[in-house]
Amino acid sequence: MSEAVREVNGNLVVSLTGEIDLDRAPEARRLLLDCVKRSKDVLVDLSAVTYIDSSGIASLVEALQWAKQRGTDLCLVAVSPQALRVFELARLDKVFAIHPDLDAALAGEN
Amino acid sequence: MKIAAITTPEAEYLLELRFPARTDRMAMVRDLVRSAARFCGFDEAGTHDIVLAVGEACQNVILHAYEGRGDGPILLDILQNADSIILRVTDFGPAVAPTAVQPRALRDLRPGGLGTYFIQNLMDTTDFGRSPSGVGNVLQMSKKKDPSK
Repeated sequence: MSEAVREVNGNLVVSLTGEIDLDRAPEARRLLLDCVKRSKDVLVDLSAVTYIDSSGIASLVEALQWAKQRGTDLCLVAVSPQALRVFELARLDKVFAIHPDLDAALAGEN
Repeated sequence: MKIAAITTPEAEYLLELRFPARTDRMAMVRDLVRSAARFCGFDEAGTHDIVLAVGEACQNVILHAYEGRGDGPILLDILQNADSIILRVTDFGPAVAPTAVQPRALRDLRPGGLGTYFIQNLMDTTDFGRSPSGVGNVLQMSKKKDPSK
């Protein structure tokens, strides 16, 4: 997994890539929580995630809960089919705001 | 998850793997499971589900049976018969109480605890018990092949 953070229109865009499993989830968790701590809205781009399991999902749920506690938003962008399958399985597709692409996320469109 | 006496099914052996319960070995193991699922005729969606179920089962072993020590072995047997792929994950940790492998309620929005839920919902059968030799915990799962293929 590699990742990148950039700022777009005052939001932090985090791109996670590759396989997010028990080996890589701690790295993703640190990155996501660091972003949430900056008290900006966080958009997590999952378009290049080829595999995610319950440990990766747990990192995102924790980050979402931190964001809500801080009064900011954390949403998902361009979720890959493999990742979407896992979110749907856990019924978390109804918990996270999921946008088809970055433009839609910035416009607040589902 | 059904608690059962684990028996060896009538099936053809495809792979018999032994690897350490370390997180940095799981990508390699998933690649082998992916190949076996494709060999059995599963499409990409079915293959993904099988790989995820095995990954979650091994993750449970790493975290709970061996408590993250990384020094215990995991055995993974992959078999097939005409109808199904059968995957059996064995560890040699302490006996696990059946209540410890029950899925949690999804309405509890909290990080973690989804692995067993995933396994149960991705596979057609899941049986958990002690190995036939009495040593080790065994999770045996199966998924039906697509009859149109």
